[in-house]
Amino acid sequence: MPVSWLVLLLIGLSVIGYILGRQRALASAGGDSRALHSLPNFYGMNVAMSALVPAALIFGVWMLVQPSLINGSVSGSIPASAITEGSSLDLVMSDVKRVAEGIDFAVTSGAMSAADAKSLDAATTDVRTVLAEVGVALGSDVRPEILQAAQDYRAMTATGTTGMTIIVLLAAVAGFAISYSKTNLHYRARNVVERGILALLIGAASLAILTTVGIVFSMLFETVNFFGLHDWKDFFFGTVWAPNFRGDSELAILPLLWGTLYISVVALLVAVPIGLFAAIYLSEYASKPVRGFAKPLLEILAGIPTIVYGLFALVTFGPFLLSMFGEGGSFGVNWMSDARSVATAGIVMGIMLIPFVSSLSDDIINAVPQAMRDGSYGLGATKSETIRQVVLPAALPGIVGAILLAASRAIGETMIVVLGAGAIARLAVNPLEALTTITTRIVSQLTGDGDFASPETLVAFALGLTLFVLTLGLNVLALYIVRKYREQYE
Amino acid sequence: MYDSPALEAALDQKENKIAAKDVQVFYGDTHAIKDVSVDIPEKTVTAFIGPSGCGKSTFLRCLNRMNDTIDICRVKGDILLDGEDIYDKRVDPVQLRAKVGMVFQKPNPFPKSIYDNIAYGPRIHGLAKTKADLDEIVEKSLRRGAIWDEVKDRLHAPGTGLSGGQQQRLCIARAVATQPEVLLMDEPCSALDPIATAQVEELIDELRHKFAVVIVTHSMQQAARVSQKTAFFHLGNLVEFGDTGQIFTNPVDPRTESYITGRIG
Repeated sequence: MPVSWLVLLLIGLSVIGYILGRQRALASAGGDSRALHSLPNFYGMNVAMSALVPAALIFGVWMLVQPSLINGSVSGSIPASAITEGSSLDLVMSDVKRVAEGIDFAVTSGAMSAADAKSLDAATTDVRTVLAEVGVALGSDVRPEILQAAQDYRAMTATGTTGMTIIVLLAAVAGFAISYSKTNLHYRARNVVERGILALLIGAASLAILTTVGIVFSMLFETVNFFGLHDWKDFFFGTVWAPNFRGDSELAILPLLWGTLYISVVALLVAVPIGLFAAIYLSEYASKPVRGFAKPLLEILAGIPTIVYGLFALVTFGPFLLSMFGEGGSFGVNWMSDARSVATAGIVMGIMLIPFVSSLSDDIINAVPQAMRDGSYGLGATKSETIRQVVLPAALPGIVGAILLAASRAIGETMIVVLGAGAIARLAVNPLEALTTITTRIVSQLTGDGDFASPETLVAFALGLTLFVLTLGLNVLALYIVRKYREQYE
Repeated sequence: MYDSPALEAALDQKENKIAAKDVQVFYGDTHAIKDVSVDIPEKTVTAFIGPSGCGKSTFLRCLNRMNDTIDICRVKGDILLDGEDIYDKRVDPVQLRAKVGMVFQKPNPFPKSIYDNIAYGPRIHGLAKTKADLDEIVEKSLRRGAIWDEVKDRLHAPGTGLSGGQQQRLCIARAVATQPEVLLMDEPCSALDPIATAQVEELIDELRHKFAVVIVTHSMQQAARVSQKTAFFHLGNLVEFGDTGQIFTNPVDPRTESYITGRIG
């Protein structure tokens, strides 16, 4: 039975459970819903939940575990002789899976009977041609041991799926039966349903955290692999970034880190003053209509995809800077040789960050109690004195938080720097020259036909992890600052 | 209330600090204050009493143009401070508020140190030439706010770390530090416990020797304890204004009597 049928069956069972559970509860109270402990709906939901949730959990876990178990068992049975020169067990296994899927497809599409599929013999049948006829293209002829493995794979999958279907259905029916039999007017269905909802909420929260942990670990393992192939001292303290595929790459993070931080600082120098001043104007001076018009307009900036900013940097802003500072430019200096530069990427990124800074700061400034302002006005302070000396200090922890948030965005930003910053890894000081960043290098190391086992590719994970640690550090710092000031002010 | 006829006689001779005549206040379409005329004498505590929403706080906020910070609020009529119209176009409301200080219902110390809280006004208005001057103003103001002894060892601790009563006395000291001529207090004790209230009331009585004090209060006992003049507001009208002793013992208007005896309010 296909898996989709199983899902439909489960859903059907829980819908029936809902209706029957509700009816049974009402019947036990003689049709008077006031006599019930909970509203009738809760009894229905309780039965539906008991039928669906344990079964769905078993289903999910089984689907996750079964492929890897079968994989392990089949790959264990492949003789070492089947792995040809220049190949690996992984490649053979993907061949096996492809053949198995191809035969399955041929059976379901009717090109082959189930019995024929079982009795396929690589010696007598050209499996490759047979499968090509139903539209499954294979890279090479199917050798007997691969066909054998594929047949094993099919058999185990079929057994596993049947077993799963039976167990899942049993679980669903058992859940249904137990909760249905418990349903009577004294049963506390509402409490059970609410506990179920609580479990759902906890599950959602843990899923988010577990995913993060998973991401970190996957990066950590690849990073460990990388440091197995490449000296960590060279990575952290070297000053040259020059990957090549001859095997003597110099992969040092410093030039990239320098580029990242330099561009982020330029971006913050643009975004913080403009964003903060805009926030002060909007929250303290602007009349209601102006604010209602200008704030959404400013926030539109936050909705522009960063690739569009990147294009703007590459096509408009970079050439503009070049026409000012480049050879034969308006200033008559020759400081800039290419449209891509630290300033191009940094300033455009700063524009992108303005709404982050302004929107958050505006909310924070608005949250400063009116009593503070009144107190200051009541002492004869002007509006600007009040803002500078009372409102901003009170809002400072929040504003620092907003700035650090913008800084983490700047450090992690990719598209603008890919298009606007250039690709030259070096420790240059001139902001009108091209530099490159960590994110740009991750993109370029992972795109293309790299071998996933070479240090040139694996370095991307080390770079990614470093970036993660950097932004994590910034966030921790932000929290620390916010907490420190809060203690002082409250 | 006064203990001696001599004091009462002295009071009568005092000049008027603020004279309000036919003041009308509108919040949007609401007519919040109707035809209020009041004379606030120098070196006296004047209390505004009345039920909630009667307009006493609104009227108080007119006296230093705090209502200017509310967009929909309009004020008509004349309010004269030392004979000059404070709603005149030539008057800078910021300058006016330096002369007419205000203490609010809820203590609102700034998120700064105790010292900086007091020094805020003097710094803005350039009252101190040197650090020593400023130190002196801060000490004097804190003493006048009757809080010096409690905070002198921790002047650089945050003002927000004090107790509610201490915070309110800090706010009074802060208002005093700008050397105002009039001190407006909007229910200064409503967020305080009885002990802190007693301390603040004592302080108000002290302040009377230097300033004209106007206090809005919900507590009639408080009005009777601290004020020499009392104005009773009801539904935006000034019902009765006179010496505190007379208002509480022998009110002219039946509404005043009803309020004081607890029949309306």
